[in-house]
Amino acid sequence: MVKLEVKNVKFRYTSVPILRDVCIELAESEMLGVVGPNGSGKSTLLRCIDRILTPQEGCILLDGQDIKEMHLMDLAKKMAYIPQSTTQVFPASVFDTVLMGRRPHIGWRSSEEDIEKVLETLKLLNLEDLAMSDIKSLSGGQQQKIFIACALAQEPKILLLDEPTSSLDIRHQLEVLDIIKNSVVEKGISAIIAIHDLNLAARYTDRIIMMNGGHIYAAGVPSSVLTPENINHAYGVEVDVINHNGKLYVLPIRPVAKM
Amino acid sequence: MPELKINGTEKSAEIKAEYKKFIGRKIMFIFATTILVIIIAGIAATLGPHQISITEVYSIVWYGIPKILQNLDFILTHSFKDFSLTYFTKEESIIWFLRLPPIVMAILAGIGLGIAGTTMQGVVRNPLASPYTLGISSAAGFGAALAIILGAGLATGQNIIIAVNAFFFALCSSFIIYGISRYKGVSPETMILAGIALMYLFSAMTGVLQYFGEEKAVAEVVYWMFGSLARASWDKLFVMFIVLIICIPLIMLKSWDLNALSAGDERAKSLGVNVDRTRVVCFMLASLVTAGVICFTGTIGFIGLVAPHMCRMIIGGDNRYLIPASGLFGAIVLLSASILARPPIAPSFIPVGLVTAFLGVPMFLYLILRRRKEFW
Ligand SMILES: Nc1ncnc2c1ncn2[C@@H]1O[C@H](COP(=O)(O)OP(=O)(O)OP(=O)(O)O)[C@@H](O)[C@H]1O
Ligand SMILES: [Mg+2]
Repeated sequence: MVKLEVKNVKFRYTSVPILRDVCIELAESEMLGVVGPNGSGKSTLLRCIDRILTPQEGCILLDGQDIKEMHLMDLAKKMAYIPQSTTQVFPASVFDTVLMGRRPHIGWRSSEEDIEKVLETLKLLNLEDLAMSDIKSLSGGQQQKIFIACALAQEPKILLLDEPTSSLDIRHQLEVLDIIKNSVVEKGISAIIAIHDLNLAARYTDRIIMMNGGHIYAAGVPSSVLTPENINHAYGVEVDVINHNGKLYVLPIRPVAKM
Repeated sequence: MPELKINGTEKSAEIKAEYKKFIGRKIMFIFATTILVIIIAGIAATLGPHQISITEVYSIVWYGIPKILQNLDFILTHSFKDFSLTYFTKEESIIWFLRLPPIVMAILAGIGLGIAGTTMQGVVRNPLASPYTLGISSAAGFGAALAIILGAGLATGQNIIIAVNAFFFALCSSFIIYGISRYKGVSPETMILAGIALMYLFSAMTGVLQYFGEEKAVAEVVYWMFGSLARASWDKLFVMFIVLIICIPLIMLKSWDLNALSAGDERAKSLGVNVDRTRVVCFMLASLVTAGVICFTGTIGFIGLVAPHMCRMIIGGDNRYLIPASGLFGAIVLLSASILARPPIAPSFIPVGLVTAFLGVPMFLYLILRRRKEFW
C-alpha cells in the first residue's frame, strides 16, 4: 500500500499554464474520480503523476519519496497509466500485449509466473476468447479492455486510468468499473480515474475532484461535488441532480452560459 | 458453480498451450531460416567454372575451419593467400579463397540490413522506415562518391578509402539526426523528417560530384551505388563481423523496450522504459550496423525495408523473435539474389543490389496481395 501526495503542482507545455497549483492526497484503497470539461487538464495531471511529464513547480510524493528521484522501473512497479487513446503500430497478439504489462517485473525472458498472471487477468476481464487474436483486428472497446488488462497485469499499487470506459458499451462500462473497484477493495490498491460520465463517477468513486481551467474547482465525496451549481459553473450546463435508490444521477437539461 | 470453475481453468490451460505453440512456431521459423541460409549458401558455393559438388563444399568448409585455426599465426604473419597456396588443395583454395567471401558477405550483409531495418522501424514506430529512408544509405553513397571522384588518382588502396569514407558519412548523417532530435525532442516525427531531409541533401551532393566528375569515376560511383558483393575479402568480412557481433546482441537486449514502444511513448514510459534513451541507443546501433555493412557492399536498400515486413507477416511483431528472424530472412534474400546475379550466359555479374529489388519486389507484392489482415 502506498500513499500518494501531489503538492502544489504547476505545469505548462508552452507558455500557457495548464495545471495551476494542484494539490491532491490519495488515501490507501481509494478510488478517486477526476472530472472536468475538455481541456481542463485531467490527462495532463495523470501524465504528471506518472512522470511522463515533469511539472515545472511542485512535487509528487510516493510514500514520502519524490518520484523524480525514483528509478523508472521502480515507479512502473508502483503505478500503471493507461492513456486516453492508445494506438498499436505493429501487430501483436492480445496475450503478448497483456504480457507487456509484466515488463517492470521481468528481465529478458518471461517466467511461468508471468504467464499465469496474464491468464488470470484475461479470465478476470473475460478476454479469454480473444487471447490469440491480433489486437489491431479488434474493436475499439475490445482494445480498451485489453489495455486495462495490461494495467492490471502490471500489478501496480496505483492505477491511473484516463477515460477507461470511453468506448465501452453500457454493460462493459459497469463490468470494467466493477473489476477495478474490486481490485481496489481486495488488493488494497488505489485508482485515479479521469472520467466524463458523471453518473459513473458518482456511482464508483469514493471521492471526486472537479477540474476547471487547470484548477481543482471542487473536491470531496460525489454528493458534495456533483451539485447543480458546480456543474453549471464548470461545464456551463444546467442539470438536475436526483437521488434514485440511494444513487446519485445527473440529468442534463440544457447548455447555458457559464456562471 | 464448481463446474464453471473447472471450465475456467481448462480454458486457461488451452490458451497457455496455444501460446506455447505460437512461440514454438516462431522458434521453428528462425530454425528453418537458419537451415535455409546454410543450404542456399552451399548451393551458391557450387556455382562457378570449376565443378565442386555440394557435399564437397560442406566438407571443405567443415575441415577447413580447424586447418585455419591451427595455422592462425601463419595467416597473420603472411597472408590468407599464401596460406591457401601452401596448405590448401586446389578445390579448398577455390572455395575458401574465391567463393566463400562473397557468400559470407551476402549472409552478414543480409543479417545486418534486415536487423537494422527492423530496429529502425521499431524506433520510429513507422513501418516505412529503413536505413534508406532515414538518409543513412545516401550519406554512405556520398562518402563513397567523394572518395571515388576526388581520389581518382589514388589508385591502389583506394578501395579501403572508399569504405572508410562511406562509413564515416553514414555515421555523420545519423549523428546529425541524433543532434537534431536532441535539440527538438526525440520524437519519431523529428527523426523521420530529419532523415528524409538528409537523404535529399546527400543525394543532391552526390549529384553535384557526379556532374563535375570524370566519366570513368562517375561510372564507378554508379556501380558502387548499385551494391555488390564482388569486392568481398576476408579482412573486410572480419571488420563487418566485428561490427555485427557487437551491435546485434545489444539491439536484441532492447527488444522488450522496442515492443513497449509499439504501444506508444506514454504507455512505454509507464512500463518503466526510458523512451528517449531506448530510441537513441537503438537508432545509433542500427546506424552502426548499416554503416558497417554498406560501406563494403554499396547501397543495398531494399532488404532493410522488406525483410522486417515479410517476417512480421509470418511471425508477428514481437521483436524478440522478429529481430533474429528478419536478419536471417535478409540473408536468404541476399544470398538468393547473389545466385541469380550470375546468369550463365552473361559475361559478368549483375550488381546484386539490382537483383535484390527484382527478386524482392514480386515476393513483397505477392505477400501484400495475399494478406488477410492488416499488418501495421
Ligand atoms: N502536448 C501538448 N502540447 C501543448 N498543449 C497541450 C498538449 N496536450 C494538451 N495540451 C493542452 O493542455 C490543456 C489540457 O489538456 P488535457 O489533455 O490535460 O485536457 P483533458 O482535461 O484531459 O481534456 P479531455 O477531456 O478532452 O481529455 C488543453 O488546453 C490542451 O490544449
Ligand atoms: Mg484527457
